Amino acid sequence: MDILIIQLFNSLLYASILFLIAGGLSLIYGVMRIVNLAHGSLYAVGAYVAAWLVGKVAGGMPAVLLLVLLPVGALVVGVVGAVIEPTLLRPLYRRPEEYQLLVTFGLLLILEDVMRFIWGGMPLSAGVLMESLGSIRLFGSLYPTYNLIIIAVGGMAALLLWAFIYRTKFGVLLRATSQDMRMASALGVNVRRMYVQAFALGCTMAGLGGAIVVPGQTAVLGMGQDVLILAFVVVVIGGLGSLQGALIGALIVGCVRTVGIMLFPEIELALLYLIAAVVLLVRPTGLFGTQ
Amino acid sequence: MTPLVTASRTLKPLRLLLYVAPLVLLLLLVPYLMAPYQAYLLSYGLIMAIAALGFNLLMGYTGLLSFGHSAYFGVGAYTAALMVKYLHVTSMELFLVGGLLATLVVTALFGFICVRHTRIFFSILTLALSQVLWSLAYKFFWVTGGTDGLRVPTPSLLAGLVRATSLSYSGKIISYYYYVLACFLLSVALMWVIVHSPFGKALQAIRDNETRASFIGIRVQRYRWYAFMVSGLFTGLAGILWVPLNGLTTPDILWWPFSGKIVFFSILGGFRSFVGPLLGAVAFNYLETYAISATVYWQLVLGGVLVLLVLLMPTGLVGLLSRLAFVWKRAT
Amino acid sequence: MSLLRTEKLHKSFGDTHAVDHVDFLVEQGEVLSLIGSNGAGKTTLVNLISGLLPPDSGKIFLQERDITFLSVYDRIKAGLARSFQLVNLFDQLTTLDNIALAIFARQEKTRQLTTLAENDDAVTHEALDVLDAFGLQNRWDMLAAGLAQGERKLLDVAVAYALRPRLLFLDEPTSGVSTRDKARIMDTITAVVRAGHITAVIIEHDMDVVFTYSDRIVVMHEGAILADGTPDAIRANDEVATTLLGKPATG
Repeated sequence: MDILIIQLFNSLLYASILFLIAGGLSLIYGVMRIVNLAHGSLYAVGAYVAAWLVGKVAGGMPAVLLLVLLPVGALVVGVVGAVIEPTLLRPLYRRPEEYQLLVTFGLLLILEDVMRFIWGGMPLSAGVLMESLGSIRLFGSLYPTYNLIIIAVGGMAALLLWAFIYRTKFGVLLRATSQDMRMASALGVNVRRMYVQAFALGCTMAGLGGAIVVPGQTAVLGMGQDVLILAFVVVVIGGLGSLQGALIGALIVGCVRTVGIMLFPEIELALLYLIAAVVLLVRPTGLFGTQ
Repeated sequence: MTPLVTASRTLKPLRLLLYVAPLVLLLLLVPYLMAPYQAYLLSYGLIMAIAALGFNLLMGYTGLLSFGHSAYFGVGAYTAALMVKYLHVTSMELFLVGGLLATLVVTALFGFICVRHTRIFFSILTLALSQVLWSLAYKFFWVTGGTDGLRVPTPSLLAGLVRATSLSYSGKIISYYYYVLACFLLSVALMWVIVHSPFGKALQAIRDNETRASFIGIRVQRYRWYAFMVSGLFTGLAGILWVPLNGLTTPDILWWPFSGKIVFFSILGGFRSFVGPLLGAVAFNYLETYAISATVYWQLVLGGVLVLLVLLMPTGLVGLLSRLAFVWKRAT
Repeated sequence: MSLLRTEKLHKSFGDTHAVDHVDFLVEQGEVLSLIGSNGAGKTTLVNLISGLLPPDSGKIFLQERDITFLSVYDRIKAGLARSFQLVNLFDQLTTLDNIALAIFARQEKTRQLTTLAENDDAVTHEALDVLDAFGLQNRWDMLAAGLAQGERKLLDVAVAYALRPRLLFLDEPTSGVSTRDKARIMDTITAVVRAGHITAVIIEHDMDVVFTYSDRIVVMHEGAILADGTPDAIRANDEVATTLLGKPATG
């Protein structure tokens, strides 16, 4: 029984992180119809920045306060996103959509080496943060406290995003722009600014995903490429462009992965990709897709 | 009017061969003009060119961007490697037969699934399916060797006429180079005919206007499927030729950034032309080799080149060259 | 036996009955104009008959063969063809290739991978004849994207014509074309169609064109057929005059 509880929490843990990444990807696609192949690399940047900050500051203050540094990682990625959109993506809006895949693929290669340049090839860890928070008793087993924080962050992010998009003026404009860019523009929405902001928001989510993952998992080169594929599986299942879909998709992938690792470790990954392929076959736009 | 038109329109393959002959001659003489290492390097380039040739049938001619061609390259390579492991095969020709058959099965299956969708969804689906194969290669390590991969010793060529054991090291390189060159030339010739055939024209029609193509009586989905299979077969051939040269196959060639590289070659060379992807593949091969040896930040170099290409030079090298040729003509 | 007939053909979009239980008839060999105000249902009717849209209910018969659920491919092979209101061409191919493709498709030669398309003299010959008939022969090697608007419209029709269809639907063949070109285009189209004994259904808004070139006119209004007859009969029809032509009711 306790194993099941632990696995449940692990699923939620995994789902939280995936939701942040896939949600960002979906948000960007929903508003701008851009598929960012470098999205995983931005997640990695968030992880590296957070790990680096924690490493620099640790020892100077109670470890718990290091938690504050994690959002900084997310914000840095948001800023990077705000720079990328006008320089690399805006020139391509009028071109066939294949070109965005190419430019963002180039960006992936560039970011990979930028991270190598800044932080070298060695993995960076913020494990000190996780250790300092210890474990708590959960239905008879010990479970790292920090993991619960991740789950909480994931849940809060989902709620905040929902509120942001459905309850604020900015959210209304965002939804209007995603449904009909020309109409929104004709009604006075500054579409250019909306695009930069939406892109930056999506990147911030990815960065946050990386930042919160790093106390439990070291930041390594190539982590971005691994995670992007999983993010794709989530949005394929949940539907490109839908945050609801990203949430449900993340939960499904989280569960399948946890169950898979427990019961069928060899084909766990293949199973995920197969599920994605089946969903694409049956419902090409995903469970909640907008197209 | 008609005789004039048919005369100027009729493709004269023999005449074309005349233009191409100097280049072919050059390629034939490479091992005599330069060190064996250059033949070795060029072998890789030509193999990637065959992969790009296949890829571009889908992209440039049918209008479908596949981000999963690593799958077919990998199927070709792994089939050869598995034939060595389980069947103790040492003949290159058998590798070709087995590898192409396996590639046909996989492309037929994947293609059938993917062509139901277009544009971004098609690309993502090809990506996802290729990663199914990657995860199988990675996880079933007792079959595929996992991350260690599978070794493939130099096979005998031309049904045993050329045996690896009877050659020196440079002899092996040079004989394999000629084998790859022959396969390259045959592939190029075959693909040239295909794109100029009624089938090739139908694919271009589908690319330009899917609705109109269906309204002249072309079964769009079916032709896309055929194109997918032909495309995958060429890339599979490249994989089969690659693995004896590399000596080893690992899951890296199934990992999705490798598909990105194949896309990269075609864009670099110019996907709207026939020779563009060939040029791009060979150029990329040299670019990558020298970038890797020049700096540890070679991905930055490649990524930068790709970004600049897309933003500034979307017609690729071929576009650049034809513009230069135009300027040259104007000046003289 | 009529060439084409529909039986209570129906299509709604939400609350709007785009095509309202329509019985539409086309006789062999005639040039029929389908007119009506915007939204009357003309294009939807053609879309249903050509297979672009599935009907909600009703049937379509081509020479008494039920084609209601046939695929576009099967309908083309049965002898239907159409041109489009917004020009639909293979822009990156030459004018000649656009026509040649239709011929290759008609002859089921598009499966051939290993023969060279441009060396098929018979097809090239036939394609040139088609271009000649439509006055486009001098543009044979120009990319379709580079043609003038009137020429593109003509090519669009020519591609459909090259299929040697039994029934040809033309969706606004003169829209977006200058008045000077309109007559030229319609003269060409009707000459070719009559010479080839092709039955043509033309959706048109230009009343001069309609009354000059049609054997029969069918008027649609709000999804249903309002009137059906010769140009003279339609001209004399008061109901048509008020709903369509904007003339005040007499008496």
